[in-house]
Parts: sequence; structure tokens; C-alpha cells
Amino acid sequence: MMLTWLTQLAQAALVLALAPLLSGVTRKIRARFLRRQGASIVQPYRDLLKLIRKETVIAENASWLFRAAPYVVFATTWVAAALVPTFATGLTLSASADLIVIVALLGTARFLLALAGLDVGTSFGGIGSSREMMFASLAEPAMLMAVFTLSLFAGSTELSSISAYMLGPNAGLSISLALALVALIIVSLGENARIPVDNPATHLELTMVHEAMILEYSGRHLAVIEVAASLKLLLYLSLIACVFIPWGTTLVGDGALAYAIGLGAYATKLTALAFFLVLFETAIAKMRVFRVPDFLGVALMLGLLGTIMLFVSRVR
Amino acid sequence: MTTLDSDIAHLLAGSLVLVSFLLLYQDRMFALLNVFALHAIVLAFSVAWQAHLQHAPHLYITALIALLFKGAIIPAALHRIVVRLGIHRTIETVVSIGPTMLFGMGLVALSVVVMLPLTQSAGAFVREDLAFALSVLLLGFLMMVTRRNAVSQVIGFMSLENGLVLAATGARGMPLVVEISVGFSVLIAFLVIGIFLFRIRERFDTVELQALDMSRGESE
Repeated sequence: MMLTWLTQLAQAALVLALAPLLSGVTRKIRARFLRRQGASIVQPYRDLLKLIRKETVIAENASWLFRAAPYVVFATTWVAAALVPTFATGLTLSASADLIVIVALLGTARFLLALAGLDVGTSFGGIGSSREMMFASLAEPAMLMAVFTLSLFAGSTELSSISAYMLGPNAGLSISLALALVALIIVSLGENARIPVDNPATHLELTMVHEAMILEYSGRHLAVIEVAASLKLLLYLSLIACVFIPWGTTLVGDGALAYAIGLGAYATKLTALAFFLVLFETAIAKMRVFRVPDFLGVALMLGLLGTIMLFVSRVR
Repeated sequence: MTTLDSDIAHLLAGSLVLVSFLLLYQDRMFALLNVFALHAIVLAFSVAWQAHLQHAPHLYITALIALLFKGAIIPAALHRIVVRLGIHRTIETVVSIGPTMLFGMGLVALSVVVMLPLTQSAGAFVREDLAFALSVLLLGFLMMVTRRNAVSQVIGFMSLENGLVLAATGARGMPLVVEISVGFSVLIAFLVIGIFLFRIRERFDTVELQALDMSRGESE
């Protein structure tokens, strides 16, 4: 009991500490791919420090919602990220908060961010919010379909159990899993505003989605939103790592050495996933906004197909 | 047959269904041809794996035919035809991609629902194979229905035929003669269609099949 709480707390602290580093690492790898030197991997921490020290400017007609939204977005995203088993399974909150709760928490964060984008009444905020909602209407069902496929396959919606099942002898190779993986990758590209859907580094008015919503934020509000964004990226990468490459994860009842191995394995997995993410991003061009629904629609379709094929596989 | 063996077979057959969906998704001529070649290559792998599992050497020949003719020669030939017809631009689909995909999902669900109870007596493996083969077949039909362009209809027809080959390899004891003759009939069909395409263009200045409706007195 004590140990699971300890793991849970360590996990919550770990994701928060690692999230900016992950952003730094992806930016560094991306810069190297483009044959640039790139900023140091601890640059995001420095940026956050700078933002926290700076004055917070708030528009005159902003309501309380505008001030509250960053903190709620950060809190929900952090809780969601803390629920995904990163280096060890058997988290205390796993039993009460499964994958569907994680999707709901992320949905809440998105809802508030979209409201905050609309709150000040600038046209860019409005555009950003409306586009975000357009993408979300496809990305969220797609995420849920992928979750259903995984849950049906492993017989549980709890991430700890799914991860343990994948490590067990019953898992095997399955077309449904492959489809769920691809669907999940597409959804995470869309949700984290990565390249085929949105460019995280641009401030070009016509194309930005996520950046448009947070255009009015500054100072500590912006810092909190930035952390939430990098936590979200960490969450999706951890989710993929914990379900599809579960090897090395510490199981309940393992010794102290297993925890060290778990941490090492987690760091390796994250770096590898970040590398592939950047590889994909540099190889592909950004899509037109109105092509994105097609792209996310494919994720939805793959999730659906995965569920159908699961029924075929279940025959034996 | 171990679990892993049948898992791999399942994976390959399922991938064929997935590539059929990719075919439906593509709206550019050359991309369509490339995906069709991929379709044939996945089929070849699937058939070769079946040959390995069933210890049936003649299936290797089927796989080779699929790889050689449908994976290389036919796509290359179609590529040339497309260039000569000058239609390497966006295909107009009658129904847009989203609804087509949803309809395709419905067809896959239908084939699963139909095939699984029908083949109760057969082994688990054959049943899966037949369900997937029927899906590939129906998706090929869907492709032919939703496209106006004659070349993409040809590709729909060829992918449909791939579904037939998948069904044939699942059912044990299909004689080689039948498979070879099916392979050749497809090749002949391809030649006939190829000549036909140019005849259509000569006559109507387009390969849009809507133009044919007019000469039948159906539209406008």
C-alpha cells in the first residue's frame, strides 16, 4: 500500500520534471536533423524561468475564466500524465482512473483552453478555438476507438493491467494492435500540434491552431500552458511506450533493482520515440487545415477496423 | 501450427484489408498505382506464408505470380497507360472519401457477420481468412462503384481479384491449374481493358465513364 502511493507520487513528480526536458530533446534532435546546432536541451527550463519572472499582461476585457483556465488546464493535464504508468505499474490511482478518465481529463483541458481562446474576443483566438474543436471532434472519437480496441484485447481499461497483459504470455501479435498503434500515433500527432497537423514552431496566422488560442497569454500564465503542452506530449509518448513497448517496466512486487531498470528503460523508450517523432516530422510537410479532418478520420477508421478485426481474431 | 504462426498469417491477411482501405483513400493516380503494387506484394507475402504453413509448395508459385505480375508488371504498365492518356491528376470520386471509408467499414463488418456463422464447421484459421478475403472482395467492388475514372476502376477490379486469390489459398486443396488459369485470365482481362481504355478515349475524348452514359441515352 505504502509502496504504491510512493510510486504514484514519484511518478507525478517525474512526469512534471521530465516534460520540459522532453520538449528540449525533441527540439534538439529536430535541429540536428535540419543540420543546425540547436539550443541546449535544458533551454525549455530556462524559458519557463524567464516567463515566470516576467510581468503578466492581461487584456482589459478578460474575464475570470481567462485567468483561471491556464491553471485548470495544467492541473488536469498533469493528473492525466501522472495516471499513465511510466517506469512502474501498480499505481494507486490506476484502479480508480482508467484510460477513459485520461481521455476525459484531456478533453476538459481542451475545452477550457478553447473557451479561454474565445474569451478575449480577438479574431485569432476565435479561429484557433474553432479549428481546435473541429480537429477534436474527430481526434477524440478516434482516441476512444483505439482505447476500446486495447481494452477489448487486454480485457481491462486500466493501463496498469493492459501493460501487464502485454508483458504476459497471452498477448501475441495481432493486426488489431497494429491498427490501434497507428491510430494512436495519428491522434497524438494531431493532439500535440505536431507537424502534419500544426507546426509548434510557427506564428503564421493562417496556419496556427494551438498557438492562436494562447496568443493573448503572457508571463506565468504562458509558462503554465507551455508546461501543460509538454506534459501532454510526454503523456502520449508514455502511453504508446507503456502499451506497445512494455518491456522493462517494473511490475508490482519487484525489487529495488527492477525500479532502476524501469527508469532506465523508460528514458530509453522516450528518447527513441522522440527520435522517431522528429524523423517523421522532418520527412513530411504540413497539411492544409481542411485536409486534417481526412487525416484524423483515418485514425478513427483504423480504430473502428481494429475493433471489428478483434472479433474475427476472437474466434479461436 | 503455433500461435505465433497463425498470428502472422492473421496479420498479413488483415494488412491486405488495410491496404484495400488505403486504395480507397488515395485520390491521386500514381499514388493509387503504388498502393496497388503494395496490395499485390502484401498478398504475395500472405500466400507465401500460407504455403509455408500448409507445406504446399505450389502456393509459392501463386505468390510468385502475384508478386511478378500484379506487384510489378501490371502497375508499371498502368503507369505507362496513365502517362499516355495524360490523366495523372486528381481522380474525381463520386462519393467523397469520408463516406466511402464509412461504407467500407460497414462492408467489412458485414463480411465478418456473414462469414463467421456460415463457416462454423471449418477451422478457425480458414474462417478468418475467408472473412478477410470477402472484405477485400467487397472493398474492390466499392472501389469500382465509387470511382468514375476507368483506370481506377481497373485497379478496383484487380484488387478484387487479389481477394479471390486470398480466399483460394485459405481453402486447402485448390489445384495449381485453377490458380494459374485465374492468374492468366486476369492478365488477359488486363490486356483487353488496356486496349479498351484507348478505344474509349479515341471515341469519347475522355476516360470518364459518365461520357458513356450519354451514348446510351441515359443522362441529359
